[in-house]
Amino acid sequence: MILSLAAFAAVALVTPWLTRVLGRRVFPVIAIVPAAVFAVLLTWLPGVLAGDPVVEVVPWIPQLDVALSFRLDALALLLALIVTGVGALVLVYCTHYFADDEPALGRFAALLLAFAGVMLGLVTADDVFMLFTFWEATSVLSYLLIGHYTGRKESRGAALQALTVTTFGGLAMLVGLIVLVAAGGTTSLSELVAEPVTGAAAECGIALVLLGAISKSALVPFHFWLPAAMAAPTPVSAYLHAAAMVKAGVYLVARLAPGYADLTLWHPIVIVLGVLTMIVGGWRALRQYDLKLLLAYGTVSQLGFLIIITGYGTFASALAGVALLLAHALFKAALFLVVGIIDHSAGTRDWRKLSGLGRRMPVIATISIVAAASMAGLPPLLGFVAKEAVFASLFDAGVAGIEGGGGSDGVWAWVALAGSVVGSILTVAYSARFIFGAFFTRAGAEPTPLHAESRAMGATPGILAAASLVAAFAVPFIEPLLAAYADELPGPHDVHLALWHGLAPALGISIAVFALGALLVWGRRRVARLQAAVAPMFDSSRGYLGIVSVIDRVAASVTTAIQHRGLPGYLAIIVAVFIGGLGTATILNTTWPAGIRLWDYPAQPFLAAVMAVAAIAAATVRQRMTAVLLVSVTGYGLVLLFGMSGAPDLALTQALVETIVIVVFVLVLRRLPKQIAQRNPSVHKLARGIIGGVAGIVMGVIGLVALGARVEPTIAGGLPALAIEAHGKNIVNVMLVDIRAWDTLGEISVLVAVATGVASLIFVSGRTGGAPRLDDLDDVHLPVDRRDRLRPVPEPASSIRAPRTSLADTEGETDAAADAASTRQTWLLAGRTLSPRNRSILIEVLVRLLFHPAIVVSIFLLFVGHNAPGGGFAGGLLAGLALVARYLAGGRYELGEAAPVDAGRLLGTGLLLAAGTATGSLFFGGAPLESAWFEADVPVLGTISIGTSTLFDIGVYLVVVGLVLDVLRSLGGEVDRQQEQAAEDGDSGGALAVGVEELDQNEGPEIAERPEHTDAELETPLTSASTEGARP
Amino acid sequence: MTASLTLVVLMAVLFGAGISIMLERSLTRVLIGFLLVGNAVNILIFLMSGAPGLAPILSDGVEPDEISDPLPQVFVLTAIVINLGITAFMLALIYRSWWLAQLGSAGDLVDDEEELAEDAEEAADLIRSSAADDAAIQELIDASGEEADELVVQSPVADDEEVRR
Repeated sequence: MILSLAAFAAVALVTPWLTRVLGRRVFPVIAIVPAAVFAVLLTWLPGVLAGDPVVEVVPWIPQLDVALSFRLDALALLLALIVTGVGALVLVYCTHYFADDEPALGRFAALLLAFAGVMLGLVTADDVFMLFTFWEATSVLSYLLIGHYTGRKESRGAALQALTVTTFGGLAMLVGLIVLVAAGGTTSLSELVAEPVTGAAAECGIALVLLGAISKSALVPFHFWLPAAMAAPTPVSAYLHAAAMVKAGVYLVARLAPGYADLTLWHPIVIVLGVLTMIVGGWRALRQYDLKLLLAYGTVSQLGFLIIITGYGTFASALAGVALLLAHALFKAALFLVVGIIDHSAGTRDWRKLSGLGRRMPVIATISIVAAASMAGLPPLLGFVAKEAVFASLFDAGVAGIEGGGGSDGVWAWVALAGSVVGSILTVAYSARFIFGAFFTRAGAEPTPLHAESRAMGATPGILAAASLVAAFAVPFIEPLLAAYADELPGPHDVHLALWHGLAPALGISIAVFALGALLVWGRRRVARLQAAVAPMFDSSRGYLGIVSVIDRVAASVTTAIQHRGLPGYLAIIVAVFIGGLGTATILNTTWPAGIRLWDYPAQPFLAAVMAVAAIAAATVRQRMTAVLLVSVTGYGLVLLFGMSGAPDLALTQALVETIVIVVFVLVLRRLPKQIAQRNPSVHKLARGIIGGVAGIVMGVIGLVALGARVEPTIAGGLPALAIEAHGKNIVNVMLVDIRAWDTLGEISVLVAVATGVASLIFVSGRTGGAPRLDDLDDVHLPVDRRDRLRPVPEPASSIRAPRTSLADTEGETDAAADAASTRQTWLLAGRTLSPRNRSILIEVLVRLLFHPAIVVSIFLLFVGHNAPGGGFAGGLLAGLALVARYLAGGRYELGEAAPVDAGRLLGTGLLLAAGTATGSLFFGGAPLESAWFEADVPVLGTISIGTSTLFDIGVYLVVVGLVLDVLRSLGGEVDRQQEQAAEDGDSGGALAVGVEELDQNEGPEIAERPEHTDAELETPLTSASTEGARP
Repeated sequence: MTASLTLVVLMAVLFGAGISIMLERSLTRVLIGFLLVGNAVNILIFLMSGAPGLAPILSDGVEPDEISDPLPQVFVLTAIVINLGITAFMLALIYRSWWLAQLGSAGDLVDDEEELAEDAEEAADLIRSSAADDAAIQELIDASGEEADELVVQSPVADDEEVRR
């Protein structure tokens, strides 16, 4: 069975590609899958009949006792045969139903095939959670299939209705299943039925499960989704909404009935809702003009009928129930397919516009009459056999109830019988309406023009209708399978299915039904008037629409009511909750720290005072840059605090991070106006101060409480031993790359995401690649000699971007200085790309001298990190800082030359290395991230034990370097480029603009706020309009 | 466990200052506040090591009970690096929003009222479209319902009306 399911899944996956090649001829090809499974199922038939179900179990989540367990017993086999048999036929039918140019045909074919597989899984699953998974999968696939015509409103609306209703029921069912599993102690459906749960848990759980079954099988009050679902293509209606999916609810009732039919709640739910559904469905069907809707309401009615009889819970009723299930699948699928043919030929399904079809489509008409007669329960068809058995079983149960003293069982039997009879009368009437409506010639109407349709299209419904006829005579051969299921139920076992039972009461009931049905047909005008007079009962679709629209509105108004404050508002709410919640908790607290020291060492209060003043000042100054620098005072203060409190790793990392943060801030802030815009009223300022102050006090108290709460010794005591075991002396680093490496793996993943995010935000089109290289300069024609990397480059600066206009006129610079700049030797590779005014020989020389040592030191830090302060983070940050220096000295081309790699590749390699280390040990039978070492004495570095944790640390190093590189080339290089381009586009003055732009960067606020800041190079349409307006 | 009051107070001040800056509307200020809060939280975690000792590096002559608690240090170290990443990301956001908004001196402010109107419009659109979908299918179903008077007066006019409705 698992193999069959896998075949469905695999073929469904390749179906879209197949469809591209084969067009609509893909359908017969994929129909092979359900057909083959049908054949396989037949080979299992003898075993199942012998009472030996096929069972397959693959453990999946043993901790939760969830397994991929499948069990093919008689009931499952019957359903599986219907699902695969009808499935194959419907797929074949699709070949003629669709044209090759049908949009999304591949998707449709794949979904339909997948649905057949999921349905097969549903009826064969033994694990209740597997059952639920398949159950929900059918809902989702049904949603996708109903919504096949994505462009049609009604298609979307119907799909969503079906999904909402069935998943609502599905969730209720999940809760019910969990209740049953918890009470029964097993997840196996067969065991839950064999040894039923009892008591309140059973009542509750079963009621919830029935809710799921009712919603899926479209019983009152959820019946409205099924007619709406007729917006789907006809094959979907025939398969999902007649033969397969809606039977899932019936299947579940039939499955549970042997164990739970005697619960107090069972009969009221099953019989009352079943009867109501049967009558409401039949009544509504009787007034439909649209043939498909007529059938849909008819299906609703029949589903009610099925639930009544399968849920009644005796041997005879179960036998009748499964017989009816089979009969219904055959005739209803056939009728739907016929409607599809009529729709195709005549272009309408509204029978008021159809006339004279019967004469011109005799074959189709015959098929329809046979199927509809089976639906009405006329002999000699399977529908008659089944209905006869239903009446007989209910009548016998009722009589037995009277003889047994008139218990509630007897009463329910009579209620069920009465409902079935009334429903059956309506069924006869609407069956007649269908046939008359579809095929008869209307007086005074022109015969409807017809397209010629392929005769093969009628083959599939023909087979189904013929099966209805043949099965009626072959009942003795089918009965063993049905009886094998019914045997699980109590009651006399001497009942048999047959076309002729002799002059039994059931025959009388049948005859009465036919007579009354005929009467309804005869008096149809009076019926129609009555229909109009009686207000539509149980029109719960209105209720559903009302509920949905109320929920929509409430959700929208709540959202707009809560989310209108902007970022400060949200933050204020969050902080208020923090103060209110944790503040209250701290007030109620009783444990305080044992002792309080004023300071750890005398320098601490002075450091702290400086940091506190800087923090408060940062909160009040208006200049962005000043605020940033003040914040960095607190950061560097932390460096000292860490350094003096025995945390050299923290001090090192904090110092490097703080430096990079400042640089990055400057890179961005140079483009923003200097003053921080302030539109807040002063009241808000006070409120902010108070909120901040209170939050700070609460946080301080929390800190004290947390210290007081630590009464147990820390786990730090065991860490040194662990570190030694991991071949490392620096416990912090060992923890990062070994003991808590999972954590670090998560962290560097965050860094990769952040780097990607930064690059994506800045690069409008495509983020891949490294910083720009010198070779990219299209106005450069001189070959770049690789050896240039190694020695100062003697070319004059102007050779790169000749001709360069002298700035002497505009900037008051002497020609001599300009000349000197243009002939200056370059210490950096890309120094020549900068304008002479932006270059500093001192910085170039310094960077030139320091870059390579810095890289060497960073690698040193990386490798000694296991035993001394350092490690991947610190090393990576130092290397990043070296790149920062190269960029600051030489611009973006310099960055490209310094790190001629794709930042994304660095990040990816780093993550791959770390994750590879994590998974690598799995291949050697170890736990993830388990370490192994290789020890060696290396000069200078001392004894190094190269282990997998070192590889992990190298991964961390690469990720950090990649992050810094990505940040630099985005916020540095790309922002430069955008700025230059803006300057070029914004001012036709060309060379002058460069000067202005440079002033912009470096000089006072009055220039910084010039409107030239508009970015004309923006490619988004949003801004192209606004730049036009903003240009001077 | 004993505490250094100095560090607790410093942490509270940094946290309070950070929160009050974060409540402003300028994204740059929010980021500055975020950095302060980040530093404050790092101090809070670091506080939990208790009294400082030697660096947690097991060189010769260092006894395990003399060193500082390394666990908070590990947390803080990752937090510092993550802070760097988040800062860079927020700066990119700020730059991007400024770039898109082109608000001149208004810079990195986000206009709440406009967003509110847009959100309301969006929500109303969603409701309208889902209601339209539902109405469409309902209409289709209603159209198929038989009315008594149509049976009596089966004129083409009535049919047409039915179709249109």
